[in-house]
Amino acid sequence: MIAFLSRRLLTLAVTAWLATLLVFTILNVLPGDPALLMLGTEARPDTLAALRTQMGLDQPAVVRYLRWVAGMLTGDFGVSYTYARPVGALILERLAVTLPLAGFALVLSTLIALPLGLYAAARHERAGDWAVMAFGQVGIAVPSFWFAILLILGFAVQLGWFAAGGFPGWQGGAGPAVKALVLPAVALALPEAAILARVTRSAVLDTLREDYVRTARAKGVSAWALMVRHVLPNALIPISTVLGLQFAFLVAGAVVVENVFTLPGLGRLVYQAISQRDLIVVQGVVVLLAVLVVAVNFLVDVAYAVIDPRPRVET
Amino acid sequence: MRGWTLGAACAAVLALLPGYVQAQARTDLVVGMQLEPPNLDPTASAAAAIAEVTLVNLYEALTRIDADGKVGPGLAKGWTVSDDQTTYTFTLRDTAKFHNGKPATSADVTFTLDRARAADSTNPQKAWFKAIADVQAPDPKTVVVTLSQPDGLFLFHMGLGAAVIMSAETQPTNKQAPVGTGPFKFERWIAGDRVILVRNPDYDGPKPALERVSFRFIADPAAQVSSILAGDVDTVPQFNTFEALPQFQNNPRFRVMTGVGEGETLLSTNNARKPFDDVRVRRALAHAIDRKTLIDGAMSGLATPIGSHFAPNRPEYVDLTNVYPYDVNKARALLAEAGYPQGFEVTLRLPPPIYARRSGELIAAMLAEAGVRVRIENLEWAQWLEKVFRGKDFDLSIVAHTEALDIEIYSRPDYYFGYKSDRFNALSAELERTLDPAKRKELYGSMQRMLAEDAVNGFLFQLPIVTVENAKLAGMWKNRPYQVNDVTGVRWQ
Repeated sequence: MIAFLSRRLLTLAVTAWLATLLVFTILNVLPGDPALLMLGTEARPDTLAALRTQMGLDQPAVVRYLRWVAGMLTGDFGVSYTYARPVGALILERLAVTLPLAGFALVLSTLIALPLGLYAAARHERAGDWAVMAFGQVGIAVPSFWFAILLILGFAVQLGWFAAGGFPGWQGGAGPAVKALVLPAVALALPEAAILARVTRSAVLDTLREDYVRTARAKGVSAWALMVRHVLPNALIPISTVLGLQFAFLVAGAVVVENVFTLPGLGRLVYQAISQRDLIVVQGVVVLLAVLVVAVNFLVDVAYAVIDPRPRVET
Repeated sequence: MRGWTLGAACAAVLALLPGYVQAQARTDLVVGMQLEPPNLDPTASAAAAIAEVTLVNLYEALTRIDADGKVGPGLAKGWTVSDDQTTYTFTLRDTAKFHNGKPATSADVTFTLDRARAADSTNPQKAWFKAIADVQAPDPKTVVVTLSQPDGLFLFHMGLGAAVIMSAETQPTNKQAPVGTGPFKFERWIAGDRVILVRNPDYDGPKPALERVSFRFIADPAAQVSSILAGDVDTVPQFNTFEALPQFQNNPRFRVMTGVGEGETLLSTNNARKPFDDVRVRRALAHAIDRKTLIDGAMSGLATPIGSHFAPNRPEYVDLTNVYPYDVNKARALLAEAGYPQGFEVTLRLPPPIYARRSGELIAAMLAEAGVRVRIENLEWAQWLEKVFRGKDFDLSIVAHTEALDIEIYSRPDYYFGYKSDRFNALSAELERTLDPAKRKELYGSMQRMLAEDAVNGFLFQLPIVTVENAKLAGMWKNRPYQVNDVTGVRWQ
């Protein structure tokens, strides 16, 4: 178990390091001078040179890379070129929107998908099953940003139940903040729920064919108890794999949905930072996202070990 | 029964609420903007959004420019100019105070001007301060600025964003927590979402009607439209989803105002590169462009055509749109005369704004009629600035030049147009030295004519300023003579 975990931890570290190297190289090859972008078309050579010195851009790339990585190891992500604030604080502020949004959507999609998947499997090849499958097809086909626009038109413009976008911040209490996240979370959750419902259905169907299920049935276990006690726990492995992968998709999808709902999340931060060539912010966010995705997959691996003892035995 | 009574009571209360709300006029305002300012210090970065939130509202400059582009008193209540027009003596408002309670004095003005013109200055408009030879503060309310030579635009520039007066004490933190002397002071910035300003109770001038103004940043065009429809946003001063306008024009809840700004939209042409170094080729391009079709197609008919580099709403404007009327045959003949009977192939590098991308498609089609084959290449701003603007690596581009009164750019030796004319440079130098309005108007006229005749760039149209807002709102500016959203005179009716 310890060897298994330490191997996973090593993968995490190597992935994070590769991410730093990759993002730094790509951003430094990309045309576009952050100082020129800040000073605009009226910039004079002397002001540009002064600003480049101020921003540390006159240093060689290797020096800048090493300084950046060394800083991150001590928790210092650098200072944003455009916002003139520590990158770490900027990211934390935005994570306070993106993480709850992704988490909210994850919970929502699970709450929709698990019962639907179980129901479809129980009604295999009957009307209920077809209906769930149809929902799955449509849910996967409809892009979340388009669904988001429909939600805005229906619930914000027509009914006026929610604001059409924006975020009041957590300082004003959880109520208004959570309310602002409802529509975005629904928009984000629907396609994920569709995928998850289909995965749940097939995982449950596979488990239903197992011998011990037949034995349980023969013992006279009720249909409900059979599903909850015997089938679901064993179907959870493929479901949790997909859930882990989906978290990465949810964070990526949040970028698009945040733009439609104008939520000040990580997606909007990185989108603005790229167009403003705020390279140090882009670097920080990309590395953080890489670590986040690897870390979630690490947690999924650990979850396997809890759900299913076999990986523990193998090592 | 009991449920019914409760329901009825609730309904009665709800029915009363709107009446109560209407009884007293609202004192809050939500302004929708497309881009978020990167910081709140207009002396630190050229991003227009910074001045559009802070100028006049939060910070004041020595002068203040009104909706017609006229210079008036700002933080300086008055000034005198010496006969040789090189010494300006400004008198500051006696009771002006910064939002932190400190009085605004001549020391703050000296600090601001000296900082902007210092050797290590990173002011985005450092050129405005280059004529300043000396700044003195003989007493706390008097500032004497000596120029090395007369500068006709000095007072105008001293009213714009890069010249706002700040104190040495708060300057280092103004990017995040701005402190000015204006009628509104900074309350909060919810990064990525909005900046909130509140009325400054200690302002020594006329107090605004609004108590609280939020600037909300909505980049997505569809989201911007729905936020106005849902009532989340009260006014959008630079609305550019023109195809969505009919639903606002036909709805009595909203008002749509179409004004003009300072954005001369050009088919920027690389005069230093073949074949555009030949004036006949440039004239051929001018004849090949049908401005009416372009404006109808790309700008929903809202823009004003221009024939040179000048804003049509200014008194110095000369209408030169008929110097090269639309005539494809003439264009072909001129190209043949210049040695291109079969036309040629060029690249059109476009920056991100929607006016550029849409105009680009139409211009490419128009030039094709005349035999010029255009390859379109879309760039981001950072790439455009580096490749086209600084690198001068382009044939054609389309961009709006939004700086106010910026015709002098054609006299700059290294500017990306690659235009060189000693006659124009002489006119520009004379203009800089001239303060007499009548003489300036004459010079501006000659400069416009010269640029039109030389067909330096394709002069397309003046960018419209379209405001979509709640019909009960009054006081937003229709035209935009410089980058600002002055909300000090806005109120609810």
